[in-house]
Amino acid sequence: MRVQLVDIAHARSGDKGDTANVGLIALKPEWYPLLEKYVTRERVRTHFRGVITGDVERYELPNLKALNFLLHGALDGGGTLSLKTDAQGKVFSTALLRMMLDVPDAEAKRYGLAEARA
Amino acid sequence: MTAGRGKEVVKVAAGQGFWGDWLEAPRRQVEGGEIDYLMLDYLAEVTMSILQKQKERDPKLGYARDFVGAVESILPAIATRGVRVIANAGGVNPPACADAIRSVAERGGVRGQVRVGVVTGDDLLPRLDELLAGGHELRNMDTGEALTTVRDRVLSANAYIGSVPIVDALDRGASVVITGRSTDTALTMAPIRYEFGWAANDWNKLAAGIVAGHIIECGAQCSGGNCLFDWRNIPDLADVGYPIVEARPDGTFDITKHAKTGGRISVQSVTEQLVYEMGDPRSYITPDVIADFTSIQLAPAGPDRVRVYGIQGRPATDKLKVSIAYRAGFKAVGTLVYAWPDALDKARKADEVLRARLDRLGLRFEQLLTEFVGASATHGPLAGTAHDVPEVQLRVGVRSPDRPAVERFTRELAPLVLNGPPTVTGFAGGRPKVEEIVAYWPALIDRSVVHTKVEVA
Repeated sequence: MRVQLVDIAHARSGDKGDTANVGLIALKPEWYPLLEKYVTRERVRTHFRGVITGDVERYELPNLKALNFLLHGALDGGGTLSLKTDAQGKVFSTALLRMMLDVPDAEAKRYGLAEARA
Repeated sequence: MTAGRGKEVVKVAAGQGFWGDWLEAPRRQVEGGEIDYLMLDYLAEVTMSILQKQKERDPKLGYARDFVGAVESILPAIATRGVRVIANAGGVNPPACADAIRSVAERGGVRGQVRVGVVTGDDLLPRLDELLAGGHELRNMDTGEALTTVRDRVLSANAYIGSVPIVDALDRGASVVITGRSTDTALTMAPIRYEFGWAANDWNKLAAGIVAGHIIECGAQCSGGNCLFDWRNIPDLADVGYPIVEARPDGTFDITKHAKTGGRISVQSVTEQLVYEMGDPRSYITPDVIADFTSIQLAPAGPDRVRVYGIQGRPATDKLKVSIAYRAGFKAVGTLVYAWPDALDKARKADEVLRARLDRLGLRFEQLLTEFVGASATHGPLAGTAHDVPEVQLRVGVRSPDRPAVERFTRELAPLVLNGPPTVTGFAGGRPKVEEIVAYWPALIDRSVVHTKVEVA
C-alpha cells in the first residue's frame, strides 16, 4: 500500500548555516517504528536529489518518537547569503512529508494506515 | 554556588523569541498571572551585525531598542511585584542599553527599585587582531577557512557566553539583567540555577535548564504558533499565550501558559519545538553543559501543561562558539507576477529573456537564482508539475561582490513589463533594493581567553 508520510508524521524544520534540519515526528507514538524502518537516510537522500547539494544525516530520538535529518547544502549558502525564498529552511518540513512509502498491505493494516490520497 | 534560595517552583516566562516578535507579549506575560522571571530573547545569528552597523552610525546605539519599550510597559511589575527581567537585548552595546533602561526607570519614578545588571566581555571585536596574533585562527566551523581570508571585512565578533555572569548579576541584586551574545538558552537556565543553587558540575540539572530554555526561546513556537500538528484546531491564536517554565529543584519542569490565553501546549507542540534547529541530538553543546536530547521525556500533565523529565547532561567543552559577521558582497531580489493562461510558461519565458539580457550586458554574478512562486519556489521538483495555475510570481535574485552589477540587474526587471511576455503585473514596489550582505562566520575559541564582567547599578 502506498502511504504518504504526511499521513503518519508531522515535522518542523530550521537552519544552521547552509544546512536545513527536519525533525520528523510520528503522529501516533506506535507509528514511530515505521519512520525508523522506512524513512532511511538513503531514502531521504534520494527524495531531496536535485533540491539539496550535500549529504543527508539521520539521528534517532525514540524518546520523542522522532527522527532528525540534517540536509547539507540545502539553503544556497544559508542565512543572509541565500537568495532563496526559504533561506532559513522553514518549509523543508512539509517537503519531506510529501514522501511516498510502500508499506506491505498486512503491515499497513496492522498499523491502521490509510492509503495515500493522491 | 551555595544552597538554593528556598523556592519550590521557579516560573520563567518567555516574552520575546526574536527581535521583531509580538510587542504585546512581554506585558501579557507579566499581567496574565504570577511569574518570577521574564526572559526576552532578541538575538539571531545576523542580528549582531545589524546592531554593529547601527553602533557605527551612533555610538549610543547597537542594542535591541524594542526592549526599552518592553521594559517601560512592565515597569510597575518590576518595581512592585519583584518580577525580574533577563534579556540579551544588549546586542553589541549592553552598557548603552542599560543606560536607556535606567532612564526609563527614572522617568517612571521607580529608579530606586530598579537595579540594572550588565554583562559584558562577549565582544571580541576590539581584541580580534591580538587573538589572531596569539594563534587563535577562528576557522570557519563549516568550511575550515581561516578568518584571515575575510579579516578586513569583519563587522562584529562575539563569543557565546553562558549562565555564570547572569547568575552573578542576579546574586548581586539586579532586577533587570542585560547581556550581549549570551546563548538563548542561558537566559532561562540562569535564573533557575540561581534560585535552586545548582552547582557548576550538576550536569543533569544544568542540562534540564538548557532544555527548558530551548523549548521557550522561540516564544509561542512551543505553545501553538507555527505548529503543524492539528493546526486547524489550535484555539484562538489571535490571543496566543506565550510559554512559561515551572521549574522544580530536582531538575524536572513543566511547560505551561497563563490561563485564558489562546494557543495550545501539548506533547506534540513541545516536541516540534524540541527538534527545531537541532543538530546531533546527543550533543546539544552550550557553554555550561552538553545536553542529551535523546534523554528527554515528555508527559501530558493537565490542560496546556507538559511535564519534562529524565534529562541528562555531561561536561561542557573547553571551547566557546564565536559568532562573527563580515561583509560579503551585495544582493538584490526582484519579482513580477504573471497571470493565467499559461502563467508558469510566461514566467519561464521572462526569466529566459532576462538572463539573455544580463548575459549580453556582460554582468557576472556569484549566484543568479530564479524561483517560480506558486509553482516550485519552496519545494522545487518535489512540488510536481504545476497545472494551469491562476498566477505565478517570477522571483529572481542575484549575488555578487560587484555592486554595479547588482545595481544594473535591478534596472532589468521592470522593462519586462512592456518588452517581455504578456499579462504581467505586480511591479508596484518599484526597483528591487540593493542590499549589502553581512554574512555569518561561526568559529570556536578557547574558553580561557574570554573574560566576562558584571556590573550592577
